[in-house]
Amino acid sequence: MTFTIPIDNGDAVKNAEADSQRTLYPYVTGTSIVAIKYKDGVLMASDMGGSYGSTLRYKNIERVKAIGKHSLLGASGEISDFQEILRYLDELILNDNMWDDGNSLGPKEVHNYLTRVMYNRRNKFNPLWNTLVLGGIKNGESYLGMVSMIGVSFEDNHIATGFGNHLARPILRDEWHADLSFEDGVKLLEKCMRVLLYRDRSAINKLQIAKITEEGVTVSQPYSLKTFWEFQAFHNPTAGAEGSW
Amino acid sequence: MDLNLDAPHSMGTTIIGVTYNGGVVLGADSRTSTGMYVANRASDKITQLTDNVYVCRSGSAADSQVVSDYVRYFLHQHTIQLGQPATVKVSANLIRMLAYNNKNMLQTGLIVGGWDKYEGGKIYGIPLGGTVVEQPFAIGGSGSSYLYGFFDQAWKENMTKEEAEQLVVKAVSLAIARDGASGGVVRTVIINEEGVTRNFYPGDQLQLWHEELEPQNSLLDILNAAGPEPMAM
Repeated sequence: MTFTIPIDNGDAVKNAEADSQRTLYPYVTGTSIVAIKYKDGVLMASDMGGSYGSTLRYKNIERVKAIGKHSLLGASGEISDFQEILRYLDELILNDNMWDDGNSLGPKEVHNYLTRVMYNRRNKFNPLWNTLVLGGIKNGESYLGMVSMIGVSFEDNHIATGFGNHLARPILRDEWHADLSFEDGVKLLEKCMRVLLYRDRSAINKLQIAKITEEGVTVSQPYSLKTFWEFQAFHNPTAGAEGSW
Repeated sequence: MDLNLDAPHSMGTTIIGVTYNGGVVLGADSRTSTGMYVANRASDKITQLTDNVYVCRSGSAADSQVVSDYVRYFLHQHTIQLGQPATVKVSANLIRMLAYNNKNMLQTGLIVGGWDKYEGGKIYGIPLGGTVVEQPFAIGGSGSSYLYGFFDQAWKENMTKEEAEQLVVKAVSLAIARDGASGGVVRTVIINEEGVTRNFYPGDQLQLWHEELEPQNSLLDILNAAGPEPMAM
């Protein structure tokens, strides 16, 4: 069955056998996700951008999705892998519903499932190139955690991925507290998202904030944040030092 | 100068898909290159999948051909089993299946466009990696880099069929002007409830852009037209 064809450009073909099951690099990527626990559940914010290298190619990608009745999943990283994960979760939720036993998968269970999937792919050197944020609430208990593409998994009161790790986390550490109201929660997330908009090249000014409470999931309409440019120092930064920046 | 005639055939390309009030218009250039040589200057990059769904191909010519061949085959069977025309969404999803599961080996970006009775005219972009994105319009290929700004300004919802086709032809023509990997003629395919129309716009029928000159048969025509002493200082 195997016959060797002498091929000049054989490298691609020979390596294809070995590398056929390795994701080497992402193509269309989403940037940060920021999420917090608050009084009634969890709030999760993301922008709607899909970058293609340095090009801000897609501006209408929803990176936060409802999973079953009790969870929200946000993803940064490769969008095609996120779409595949949503298919896996569709199947998971479907099978859960088919039991028809009155039970439904909560955020803890979904997080565990995702952790297993991500870690096992990592072990095969074929990761799903995403950092996933799983938030939810079931029976009054709110839950927020994340899983990275190498299978690192943990829970916390506030989560940030990508650039958010560096820019949003310090803000959240300082200003998050238990029992935030919805308004304070949204303002806190918007503070983080505004900083990301200023300082993350792959961020776009079109975001959605999703809320999950015992009642269910709401994803806001897409909207834009106002930005501030009226610092005196911005008006003439190089006066007296021409050529500087 | 190394023309690198052994380089893989690649469609540098400009491909576009646009929805309008009643259907879709797909457009593409016609250049296929191997390295710096133009292997085919009149290629047809808009390929039929079913009676009502077409795909614009970019990237590796071989990869895009084989993917569209497989999907045409699957859709043919699907149509027989379903008993009615396949939907654009199903076509896009089959492309996605091949593009995603073979992401390490394929290098092709595709735009699927068509019309079905459930959703009307729809465009799906499927870039490298196998992401599927439903869009009111999509651009792809190396020439698309020069069109992001153009579409940001020129695109509007609910165009007529004529406006949509004019937009597509203008855009491909602009991309050809600046992208060395795009060239030749502009081909368009219009798909709606009534059916499919193929159009062909050779270079000389297109508008001239910045620093482009009106084509002539010969310098001699210019010299003769200008009068008896055209080269006197």
